[in-house]
Amino acid sequence: MNPEIKSYFPILNQEINGHPLVYLDSAATSQKPTPVIEALKEYYESDNSNVHRGVHTLGNRATEKYEGAREKVQQFINARSTQEIVFLRGTTTAINLVAQSYGRANVEEGDEIVITYMEHHSNIIPWQQLAKERGAVLKYIELEEDGTISLENVRAAITDRTKIVSMVYVSNVLGTMNPVKEVAKIAHEHGAVMMVDGAQAAPHLKIDVQDLDCDFFAFSGHKMVGPTGIGVLYGKKHLLEAMEPVEFGGEMIDFVGLYDSTWKELPWKFEGGTPIIAGAVGLAAAINFLQEIGLDEIEKHEHHMAAIAMDKMSAIEGLEIYGPKDPAKRAGIVTFNLKEVHPHDVATVLDMSGIAVRAGHHCAQPLMKWLDVTATARASFYLYNDESDIDRLVEGLRSAKEYFSDVF
Amino acid sequence: MSFNNLDQLYRQVIMDHYKTPRNKGALEQDSVNIEMNNPTCGDRIQLTLQVEDGIVKDAKFDGEGCSISMASASMMTQAVKGKDVDTALKLSGIFSDMMLGKEYDDSVDLGDIEALQGVSKFPARIKCATLAWKAMEKGVHDEEKS
Repeated sequence: MNPEIKSYFPILNQEINGHPLVYLDSAATSQKPTPVIEALKEYYESDNSNVHRGVHTLGNRATEKYEGAREKVQQFINARSTQEIVFLRGTTTAINLVAQSYGRANVEEGDEIVITYMEHHSNIIPWQQLAKERGAVLKYIELEEDGTISLENVRAAITDRTKIVSMVYVSNVLGTMNPVKEVAKIAHEHGAVMMVDGAQAAPHLKIDVQDLDCDFFAFSGHKMVGPTGIGVLYGKKHLLEAMEPVEFGGEMIDFVGLYDSTWKELPWKFEGGTPIIAGAVGLAAAINFLQEIGLDEIEKHEHHMAAIAMDKMSAIEGLEIYGPKDPAKRAGIVTFNLKEVHPHDVATVLDMSGIAVRAGHHCAQPLMKWLDVTATARASFYLYNDESDIDRLVEGLRSAKEYFSDVF
Repeated sequence: MSFNNLDQLYRQVIMDHYKTPRNKGALEQDSVNIEMNNPTCGDRIQLTLQVEDGIVKDAKFDGEGCSISMASASMMTQAVKGKDVDTALKLSGIFSDMMLGKEYDDSVDLGDIEALQGVSKFPARIKCATLAWKAMEKGVHDEEKS
């Protein structure tokens, strides 16, 4: 990876608690490069207007930028058409939309919804709620001991009663990359639809929704160097067409009568209110930035970072790393615990050394239960991290260990 | 690497409470039994109190969490044991002021609790320190209602 990439991220050029910042929390949210910040600034300074309604020039410019962003996303994930790209607030909103719209219309009493033990709360609770409402059964695919998913267990969980399978592509805790393409095939054999939570995948891997043959795919802009508040739901056109909106008013309407109304066509019927225009503009700039570097290059860099981090971190006595040991099976996420030091205390000590990591349950409490821990610390790497960041982390961890053995 | 600022947070007496917690476990005879979580980080505390005639006769806690949350729970049980409910709630108010970095009533002897003062400089950790006190407050109020 080009060492100059760091210089595109102004936020990284600062000291935290007297030390140069090492940002290792990109799985929570990524930092933003100058071109994305500039794109937002330019949009607000030159083009800001509401879309699809103004006759005036600014309205046209804003609309062109907004719809241009949709084309960008369509190419980015290789969707067949822009009608399959819905702009929403983020992955959580996208999954909730599918659960509330597709789910309510298609899941009946006794039907099954299948997820896994490694899901983020955002890919658990929408299905829990749906299952409770419909009297459906929520099933969890068992994990292997190393935190991977075997197709055998997938086949054991999916039956002809299964209506929806929803699975994370890359785990935000274990870093595991799941075989979503193969799972989609199994789901389809049983007449179920496949939803993919791509929040941790889209920033790091080349996504091809046609190749994966998933029915729904959700991701968030802010985890891929884009702004917060913009996300994408991809859905196969025939599925989205049959689905009812869950938000009414604003952008999504076609004709409004006193007692009845009709909706716009795809994808706008799902985009109630004033759309997330600036967010979409920022997302398009983010995609440009990532594509210029190359998603393949980014993926390679992350495997490399995971491999080096795991190697150097395992040399620390009493440090346990969760998830697959094989770096090729995981993205740049390393979740760990230091023996006898609680992850919050680890994170505070690291913060005092200018190193930002996440500590807690990572919005994955069922997975924490499966791991038999209450909390963990997590270092997550992105394109702007390099080996010197890993060295700083390892040094910080050694200090934390030392500090806590001293105070005891 | 030196961590002078960390020493404000991890005072010796805090580490002592973390390592050898006082009043750990659950009371067999309790009038208050309350569980509370810190949803952002997964810390969990179970607090049992025996309140009789407006006096906290006994207090025990169990749970999982970081050094600050567990030490604070240990100190809290130590502080409220034997006190009347009003005093326990007053201490809780003083502790809350201390955490928010406000002026607090120092006419009351706070004992070990005073050591947690440094937490107020670490905003991300304030919730860790207040968890046990919140559980106590809620428990006492629930008891009063019933």
